[in-house]
Amino acid sequence: MSAVLQSLVNQPYKHGFVTKIESDVAPKGLNEDIIRLISAKKNEPEWLLSFRLEAYQKWLTMKEPEWQNVHYPKIDFQAISYYSAPKPKKKLASMDEVDPELLRTFEKLGVPMHERAALAGVAVDVIFDSVSVATTYKQKLAEVGIIFCSISEAVHNHPELIQKYLGTVVPVGDNYFAALNSAVFTDGSFCFIPKGVKCPMDLSTYFRINTEGSGQFERTLIIAEEDAAVSYLEGCTAPRFDTNQLHAAVVELVALDNADIKYSTVQNWYAGDENGIGGIYNFVTKRGLAKGKNSRISWTQVETGSAITWKYPSCILRGDNSVGEFYSVAVTNNYQQADTGTKMIHLGKNTRSTIVSKGISAGHSNSSYRGLVRISPTAEGARNYSQCDSMLIGDQCGAHTFPYIQVHNNSAIVEHEASTSKIGEDQLFYFSQRGIDAEEAVSMIINGFCKDVFQQLPMEFAVEATKLLSFKLEGSVG
Amino acid sequence: MIVNNSKTLLLVQGLRASINGTEILKGIDLTVKSGEIHAIMGLNGSGKSTLAKVLAGHAAYEITAGTVRFEDKDLLELAPEDRARAGLFLAFQYPIEIPGVANTQFLRLAYNTIQAQRGKEELDPLEFDDFVREKMKLLDMNPDFLDRSVNEGFSGGEKKRNEILQMALLEPKLSILDEMDSGLDIDALKTVANGVNQIANKDNATILVTHYQRLLDYVVPDFVHIMQSGSIVLTGGKELALELETRGYDWVTANKRSIAGAIA
Ligand SMILES: Nc1ncnc2c1ncn2[C@@H]1O[C@H](COP(=O)(O)OP(=O)(O)OP(=O)(O)O)[C@@H](O)[C@H]1O
Ligand SMILES: [Mg+2]
Repeated sequence: MSAVLQSLVNQPYKHGFVTKIESDVAPKGLNEDIIRLISAKKNEPEWLLSFRLEAYQKWLTMKEPEWQNVHYPKIDFQAISYYSAPKPKKKLASMDEVDPELLRTFEKLGVPMHERAALAGVAVDVIFDSVSVATTYKQKLAEVGIIFCSISEAVHNHPELIQKYLGTVVPVGDNYFAALNSAVFTDGSFCFIPKGVKCPMDLSTYFRINTEGSGQFERTLIIAEEDAAVSYLEGCTAPRFDTNQLHAAVVELVALDNADIKYSTVQNWYAGDENGIGGIYNFVTKRGLAKGKNSRISWTQVETGSAITWKYPSCILRGDNSVGEFYSVAVTNNYQQADTGTKMIHLGKNTRSTIVSKGISAGHSNSSYRGLVRISPTAEGARNYSQCDSMLIGDQCGAHTFPYIQVHNNSAIVEHEASTSKIGEDQLFYFSQRGIDAEEAVSMIINGFCKDVFQQLPMEFAVEATKLLSFKLEGSVG
Repeated sequence: MIVNNSKTLLLVQGLRASINGTEILKGIDLTVKSGEIHAIMGLNGSGKSTLAKVLAGHAAYEITAGTVRFEDKDLLELAPEDRARAGLFLAFQYPIEIPGVANTQFLRLAYNTIQAQRGKEELDPLEFDDFVREKMKLLDMNPDFLDRSVNEGFSGGEKKRNEILQMALLEPKLSILDEMDSGLDIDALKTVANGVNQIANKDNATILVTHYQRLLDYVVPDFVHIMQSGSIVLTGGKELALELETRGYDWVTANKRSIAGAIA
């Protein structure tokens, strides 16, 4: 532990510290007082403060992981400010005020008009009549008893649900970044689908973007009760810039008997420039608990952004006959690094999991698949199928596969397939000899390569993801 | 066929090309006019495929000397896709596999690209499906090949047929068919040769690269060229191929001058 950290840890707790702070931004650095400040600013109940403090204590005893195949300068956790009051985003009066570069990108990606406005921070009512889309959307959900709100709202309006589930899938001391998140998270989404309800539409974080930014340490909790079903979409294809370099989110999913949660992500955060300068570090803990029998947790992700991605959406298959799925496309270009994959932990009988991972590397980038399949002694009749394919574009990039397979029950069947391919000069020549230029050729090859994953995405998302990939790889060949 | 008032489609003069510093083509001269069928023969490694790929614009080769005109265009100035759009087609000796890309999708994109270039109607997936199935019938190809990935797992002969299918779809002005007969069984050879003959007309031209007279029995060439270590050493009529079949390449090497004299 550094001397600075040591001295901070050993600082006596100062009463009244909170009131001394008048400013909306906390001083840099992390200590118990800062955590109390965050909690107080957010008007949180005592139990949540204890949750945070416990996480912080765990974090202090932990070490930043070093096993992953990514390289970055050491993060100075004392140089970060962990709280700033949620300010409403500055609204622009019309689309004319939006950065033309941003508009050009939206155009290329085919982002729908209303979405462009919202993303660019233009007040929605400038574009539409006074009825806010988001409000209509919320009303519809409320009619069937679905709760979809920010996690801060949920802490106040549905404390019993938060208290019951928060930290049950990703415990406060789960890993270094999850512990940090648990100590300092500022906001995120909460979603609750009551017993027997099939959510009538895809829930999208887009409808929450306009309210306030969720910040660096986002926290998401989704509960599907017995026989409930929901499809949740995170992110969007439009590029997301942020001055905060470090992002450490936690997502927890809980599925009770026969419940079905489908979580789709399209991630396109700023990846740094073509020389690898700047870009976001994305250290995420995503985990779903298939708690009830016949429940299903399905992760689909299209990861194209961030300078560094460290992310393993996982499933704990506790209920008998429960199903876990992981479909992933990870694209890295220029100097991006991604270490991503999944964990499938089979506990219940006849649990099944499917892993389909597609890694695409271009430029000087590096992409690793890291996956764990664990069949516990109790997981009689468990099955896993894993398929990990890598595609290289050019010869300066790298792709790696690290499968970990642990089988403790003889009745289990575990299959693993892997392949590496390359978009070669001769393939592109073949296309061009038929009149098809390199860009179109690459997009055709890539779409073919990612087909199995794109099929899992909701239709609209799939179309956008396809365009996004072509856009990301533009100019990486030829 | 040699026709009157034919246009010069391809004019290659003094073409030299190297790869990784090794010169492979050492001064090629070749004129192809509309309506004509040419055969290029020669020992393994004499540079036939290199010539084909250089004409199609493969980036690995460096052109060190010479000119190539294609109709009114400077061919060497054009990107490979523009050469294709201008009507140059190469059926590859070793067609490449493209996993994950459905053949029908690939064929349709190629077809529509060329159609757009010609200011002609593009086809939607359903219309294209009807259209391509008709073409496949001509080549006796099973429609199952439409749904498979481009060339992936195709047998040698199936790959060749898929190449000729593309030729039939794209209706090029100049087709270079690099050993389309190798790997074909006798029935397939007839079918494919028949396809080539049907496509050939007075406005287009074909260059056949082959090792065997058998193909030339079905697709009768107007000219036969013999290549040796990077240049065309001998050009004659269809009899030259027959002669070669009985006498072999040693005969060519030993008698280049006198044979050339006799033919001229
Ligand atoms: N990258 C390379 N470096 C050096 N030599 C090469 C390279 N690529 C091709 N060659 C050589 O160029 C020569 C011509 O090859 P090409 O494929 O054109 O022959 P070919 O006449 O088509 O032969 P075949 O009848 O066997 O198909 C060969 O000797 C080959 O080894
Ligand atoms: Mg050859």
